[in-house]
Amino acid sequence: MAATAVLRVVEREARVFRHLWRGSVFSNFLAPVLFLGAMGLGLGGLIDDGAGELPGGLDYLTFVTPGLLAATAMQGAASESLWPVMAGTKWIRTYHGMVATPLSATDVFVGHVVWAGVRAAVAATAFLAVAAALGGVPSAWGVVALPAAVLTATAFAAPLAAFAGTQDTDVSFPVIMRLGVMPLFLFSGTFFPVAQLPGAVQPVAWISPLWHGVELCRAATTGSGMAPIVAAGHVAALGACAAAGCWWGSRTFGRRLTQ
Amino acid sequence: MTAPAGSSVEVPRHRGQALPGVDRRRALRIVERNALAYRRAWVVFLTGFAEPVLYLLSIGIGVGALVGEVVVGDRTTPYEVFVAPGLLAAAAMNGAVFDTTFNFFVKFKYARTYDAVLATPLRVGDVAAGEVIWALGRGAAYAGAFLVAMLAFGLVGSAWAVLALPAAVLIGYAFAGLGLAATTWMRSFVDFDYVMLAIIPMFLFSATFFPLDRYPGVLAGLVAVTPLYQGVALVRALVTGDAGPGLLVHVAYLVALGTAGLWVAVRRLRLLLQP
Amino acid sequence: MQGGSPLIHARSLTKRFGDFVAVDGIDFEVHRGETFGFLGPNGAGKSSTMRMIGCVSPISAGTLRILGMDPVTDGPAIRSRLGVVPQEDTLDTELTVWDNLVIYGRYFGLTRAEIRERATELLAFARLEERARDRVDPLSGGMKRRLTIARALINRPELLLLDEPTTGLDPQARHLLWERLYRLKREGVTQVITTHYMDEAEQLCDRLVIMDRARIVAEGSPRQLIERHATRDVVELRFTTHDEQDAAAEALSATAGGAGAEVEPLPDRILLYTGDGDGTVAAVTGNGVQPSSVLVRRSTLEDVFLRLTGRTLEDE
Repeated sequence: MAATAVLRVVEREARVFRHLWRGSVFSNFLAPVLFLGAMGLGLGGLIDDGAGELPGGLDYLTFVTPGLLAATAMQGAASESLWPVMAGTKWIRTYHGMVATPLSATDVFVGHVVWAGVRAAVAATAFLAVAAALGGVPSAWGVVALPAAVLTATAFAAPLAAFAGTQDTDVSFPVIMRLGVMPLFLFSGTFFPVAQLPGAVQPVAWISPLWHGVELCRAATTGSGMAPIVAAGHVAALGACAAAGCWWGSRTFGRRLTQ
Repeated sequence: MTAPAGSSVEVPRHRGQALPGVDRRRALRIVERNALAYRRAWVVFLTGFAEPVLYLLSIGIGVGALVGEVVVGDRTTPYEVFVAPGLLAAAAMNGAVFDTTFNFFVKFKYARTYDAVLATPLRVGDVAAGEVIWALGRGAAYAGAFLVAMLAFGLVGSAWAVLALPAAVLIGYAFAGLGLAATTWMRSFVDFDYVMLAIIPMFLFSATFFPLDRYPGVLAGLVAVTPLYQGVALVRALVTGDAGPGLLVHVAYLVALGTAGLWVAVRRLRLLLQP
Repeated sequence: MQGGSPLIHARSLTKRFGDFVAVDGIDFEVHRGETFGFLGPNGAGKSSTMRMIGCVSPISAGTLRILGMDPVTDGPAIRSRLGVVPQEDTLDTELTVWDNLVIYGRYFGLTRAEIRERATELLAFARLEERARDRVDPLSGGMKRRLTIARALINRPELLLLDEPTTGLDPQARHLLWERLYRLKREGVTQVITTHYMDEAEQLCDRLVIMDRARIVAEGSPRQLIERHATRDVVELRFTTHDEQDAAAEALSATAGGAGAEVEPLPDRILLYTGDGDGTVAAVTGNGVQPSSVLVRRSTLEDVFLRLTGRTLEDE
């Protein structure tokens, strides 16, 4: 794998994206902002008048902003790493064209993951700007949530793209979205604190990569601070997912594209 | 290999038509075809049950603990009781829209499934009706399971809730008609962003997650005329036992929308599939 | 001519799409038991005609009766007695080979027991017994085509419509398919075939019409058409360079091919239509023309088409 080769793959993705960005504006920007409006403002109004208390006495908009930020990074990375990878390996076979050049299968894979990170960075920046305008980002530390969101995206993009590289059809993809991504979206501390889950279920949330991402983003946007050792733990968990995914992906892409 | 003329092939009849151009038995053959296709994808079918229940657990129970009680009109209800009917209605919408846009588009445009179907005695009306019946049957199964889950969580306050099942099917009908009609204008998968552009705001803002009175007056009026709000209001009234003749307005709205959509869809599909 | 009323009867049959006329007032009849062909280049109006016969495309003008019925009012009744093999396979890719046959039978309202018996026969007919439980996608082009034909036979149709049945198949798959179609013909199935392959038309059709630019330009059996519109032999002359060919064409035209032959210059060769191929070759070479290669062959439907329209079948 060479950095310049990976960048060429990223360049290719960026060139394709120039024609397709309109569609992604909706799913990666508008939809999360709509969620923020409905949950943060609409439902938040009920919650702030309501019975429960959020940790640190946060208002609900401030609480849910980092949750949606991390969750959006996950969802974008997941959907971009399943069907488009299938298109590259099987349906349109663009990846086969790429490895017929000096690019290696690992270059193609890593390029995909890097591109997922780039897109997450763009989407997260736009989302944070809107959330800040609505008053959901009280701290200037909020900018640190950007790298956290990018890390979250790669933690999902790498293993899912690696998996997609092993599949011959897309039948399993909706199941992954519904039984994997959707429950993570709903129960990783996105909409309510994990502490509210029944005691036996809480450890399950801790192994959710999204939970690590939400915790990092929330510490940043709320400026509530986080012990360096805890932050390092979250970063390590996400980094491990991304690294393991890359190791696996270079193998699955190698098998699929160069044999 | 050949037999005398038309040996065992059924003779098409013009009697017993539900809609003009639709033969009920022939429409059911499309349902049969979809069931056959789903035999291989039963996991996908089963996971459809999970989604609304997961939302109920997360937003209803999880976020509900933060909200406590909601005041709607002159009564106070726990948040999970408030949100569950909204989720039921939204699930009915989502299922019908997915089946009649995305799934229909693949068969219509890419797999060209209907080109083969229309070489047989089936007609365009039979195809459209069959796909809608399939979407409604699937939606009814999911809605039924969700109602059972609501019952298990103690979120059903009235025997009227039994009618929430047909109400969910009715919501499915309205959106299936709409979805089928919209699909006839689609050129590629890129156009599905427009579908989502219509569906997600409705899902989020049709008094699904918070009551209509949180909106300023004009906006509340706007929300009230969306099809999903009509469905949510209908299901919520039934589940909470707030039933009355006023609900027939919602019913009429949804029936009219679905029928208009189906009418447009059949007309457009005839032009597209049988030029 | 066979007795009885024709299975298909068309008079001044016309199909328009907006201002574009795809089929321009054609007349033809198809009789029970015969294999009838539409031969012509792409875009001649063959597929539009087939879609009208299949009752999936309303006619714009003229009359069309199929099995004695009117496609406008009796579409389903007519289609219940037809088998349709479209130009592009429209197999149900979400289903297995077996399920494709089953659900197609159900579309015709057959009972499950009938379908089971029939589908078993048809799998054997299509030589796909081993693949019954497989998905359709991985099948080869020839297998998909045979499955499409088997599927079209599930309702024991009286009339089988085949639109370009062997386009895109390799020679071996083509011959296997032709052999299957012969079998059907022997069993008495009336077939209507469109093709732009003259060898396919010659092999399969009892009678055919040649279509060009939305009209029928000739009708008859392959033999009749060749006798009527072509000569017995054709001499093909090829030259090393264009200049040589042009010079030869001029020389030949001036002498009328030497032996009463007609000269037809094409971009890559010169054709000489003649009753006596060998005699013409002798006359040509005696005349001082020096082609790089000489081929004497019998006339084909390709030559008929060329002489009627001035173009080859491969032209768009």
